[in-house]
Amino acid sequence: MKINKVISLIAIVSIVILVGVGCKKSSEKTGITTIQNKGSDTMVNLAQAWAEVYKKVAPNVEVEVSGGGSGVGIAALIKGTVDIANASRNMKPSEIEQAKKNTGKEPKEVIIGYDALAIYVHKDNPLNEITVEQLREIYSEGGKIRKWSELGVKIPGAKSDEIVLVSRQSSSGTYEFFREHILNNRDFRLGSRDMNGSKEVVELVSNTPTAIGYSGMGYATPRVKMLKVAQKEGEPAFAPTVENVHNKKYPIARSLQIYTLGEPQGEIKKYIDWILSDEGQRTVQETGYIPLKAVTN
Amino acid sequence: MNQGETKKLKSRPLWSIYGEKAIEILIKVSGISAIIFVFAIFFFIFREAFPVLSSPNFNLKEFLFSSQWYPTSAVNVRYGTFALTIGTFSVTALAMVIAVPFGIGAAIFISEFCGKRLKETLKITIELLAAIPSVVWGFIGLTIMSKLITQFTGAPVGVNVLNGGIILALMSLPIIVSIGEDALKAVPDTYREASIALGATRWQMVRRVLLPAAKNGLLAAVLLGIGRAVGETMAVLMATGHAVHIPHGLLDSVRTLTANIAAELGEAPERSEHYQVLFLTGVLLFCITFVINITADFVIRGIKRKQ
Amino acid sequence: MNDNPQNLFVETAFVRKKKRQETVAKSIFLAMSVAMIVPLLLIVGYLVVKAYPSLSLEFLLDIPRKGMTEGGIWPAFIGTIYLVALSLAVSAPIGVMAGIYLNEYAKDNWLNRVINLAVINLAGVPSIVHALFGLGAFVYAAKFGCSIISASLTLAIMTLPVIIASTREALASVPMNFREACWNVGATRWQTIRRIVLPNSIGGILTGVILQVSRSAGETAPIMFTGAVFYKAIERGDLFPYTLDGQCMALSMHLYTLATQVPNVSESIPFATAVVLLATVLLVNATAIVIRTLIRSKKKW
Repeated sequence: MKINKVISLIAIVSIVILVGVGCKKSSEKTGITTIQNKGSDTMVNLAQAWAEVYKKVAPNVEVEVSGGGSGVGIAALIKGTVDIANASRNMKPSEIEQAKKNTGKEPKEVIIGYDALAIYVHKDNPLNEITVEQLREIYSEGGKIRKWSELGVKIPGAKSDEIVLVSRQSSSGTYEFFREHILNNRDFRLGSRDMNGSKEVVELVSNTPTAIGYSGMGYATPRVKMLKVAQKEGEPAFAPTVENVHNKKYPIARSLQIYTLGEPQGEIKKYIDWILSDEGQRTVQETGYIPLKAVTN
Repeated sequence: MNQGETKKLKSRPLWSIYGEKAIEILIKVSGISAIIFVFAIFFFIFREAFPVLSSPNFNLKEFLFSSQWYPTSAVNVRYGTFALTIGTFSVTALAMVIAVPFGIGAAIFISEFCGKRLKETLKITIELLAAIPSVVWGFIGLTIMSKLITQFTGAPVGVNVLNGGIILALMSLPIIVSIGEDALKAVPDTYREASIALGATRWQMVRRVLLPAAKNGLLAAVLLGIGRAVGETMAVLMATGHAVHIPHGLLDSVRTLTANIAAELGEAPERSEHYQVLFLTGVLLFCITFVINITADFVIRGIKRKQ
Repeated sequence: MNDNPQNLFVETAFVRKKKRQETVAKSIFLAMSVAMIVPLLLIVGYLVVKAYPSLSLEFLLDIPRKGMTEGGIWPAFIGTIYLVALSLAVSAPIGVMAGIYLNEYAKDNWLNRVINLAVINLAGVPSIVHALFGLGAFVYAAKFGCSIISASLTLAIMTLPVIIASTREALASVPMNFREACWNVGATRWQTIRRIVLPNSIGGILTGVILQVSRSAGETAPIMFTGAVFYKAIERGDLFPYTLDGQCMALSMHLYTLATQVPNVSESIPFATAVVLLATVLLVNATAIVIRTLIRSKKKW
């Protein structure tokens, strides 16, 4: 009967799938370790690159990478559901307390590199330098700069003079860092295009001559320009480069860190040691971030 | 009937009788599962949202009528979703302005004007159109539409109300066409025959007889189209530009209720106030689509009863 | 007017106007239908052209390489299969049984009415609200965590109405006298369903199940927060790379991350991912359409 055929077919397929999954589980016991890695969207590409390269170094370790944001990674660490949390900001004292209370272990921080927050404009934009104060007036609620002419430039070929603000969605680590270090914790002006991913910011800026946006320097493409940033009017401006970050001249750079619960053990320790090794650090540089110390390729 | 015969009839094995009972119980439980799930959805999202209602930072009036959306502000947290609601409705309205005439026109063409073969082809195409995943629509909006829009309108940014509206129109067309066609099909053929016999052309028949007779069904089609457009997430997340802003024109970027949840939920730590407010937005959305769907159902049911 | 009887059959100005209107109306409606289909073809064509440099079997089987800027989409593809298979395993039995209940057992009373409303609402709830539900119910309340289980349960509930509706429709198309004949020879209700109703409607039910597959393969929002990851390192071509309590990559999610998060990816890769996703979904749908057409042509009554 037709119906019996269909039912038995479905049964066979599901048995095959279950057996497959079962095999997988038993093979897991025989030596494959999964490392759960979650957190900052800024670092998600970096974490992905590490996972990819590390698969070749240690084939018995599978690294799962999810984004979500620094806050989410830290929250998951507090609950003990991830092995490594990536964060582009430091853990707050209250979060450390919570983690201790919840899991009985102290979160351990390892700085693995630096990121410079680059200010992006369209490649045809004649502007080359900007100050932190100007950025604050552009981005903050009630800020005074709304037009490119107020920065003394005219965008070639653009009809509109208005600055198109490109930002990140509230609660991303990048957004919080920008708010803290550029806006002095004032609020953002509403109406900016709040992109979901760092890449979307750069994409939108590269398609929009009158736009300005901020994102990690790792996301630069040939179709956008990174502005030099000065702390104050009259002070020298610096480009986001490895040297300028290492000698602390570029004003909006931050450290990138990973957190574990307690001292890392076993495979996790090996993984972190590898991240800090030359090969791991080279990956940092190749992904567009700044390694702890200059590495040679 | 004597004893022996009854015994023979009862010879069906016990396991078969109990098995049948068990299966029927399972069937009944599955039958009411839809009710259970709808309640579960409401219960679980409301449960997550509930604590925020008593928070000092939250005020229901501000939530509904303020356009200040600062969920993570360091100085002054504000949860106003008005701009997001307007965003949702502006994109939906534009989508309907495009999709309703086209959808109903296509429904009329498929139901009244075309031959059998063409009809089948069109219906299959519409079915395939309906199957395109929303993330693919979003991708189309982000890459293809936004370029076209900046080229043709000279707008500085291609991801805006117009982009989202067109994408949503294409997404809600299939539902409007198929429900609209059902509504036209439900009009008895005697109506058509009567008007043709009086010498009316097809167009006259459609305009004077079919449309008035099927207007409730068509209304339901539009309502379901609206429901689809309001609830759409990924496409508007990628195509509307995501700016908290009450739009002044078609070329302004907006953010919708759905996109706002999708963008921020991942980064709102569990049980934080921000997380709870996002769930409350979910409750709001649930209620909006609930009302739309119930209304559409009553409209459709009203027609059936009349017949 | 003219008394010549022949002239009575000449078109009057009124008839000409009528005919003109008819032609205009017909062409407008035709144009509207075409306007719906042409963009579809243009868009799909454009996607394929853009994707062409990357499209190959290798692209499907390879893992993403060099920070997802090269390589293929295997982990995402197999992840989608996992999610779809598991959600199907949950929603198909429940959906089919619910369809049987609604068509074969339910009386026309308030309960039936409420169930109908519930099904309609379940279908109408925005996908992001399903995501919220999945997060609140499966990830947190049921403590499944972010996992394939949570994600596929969310998908299962979301796609349930598809199966319920098409099962119902398939069962309703079985003529009532088939059942009556069966009852008259003394079969119970379930025996009738099992031996007569189901075999005669299996094709229609299958169509619904296939549509569920297409729907759940394409959804992004419900799995974003319940079990899909940005990246997971697995072997190329590995058929069983995931465990059910772990997370996986998914095709729809992968397209989203490629489009919004990964820098310097060559343009054809996201397009190729979109084409693979689109092709998967459309192929599945086309199968459903073919099955349905076959049944219709074979129908004995």
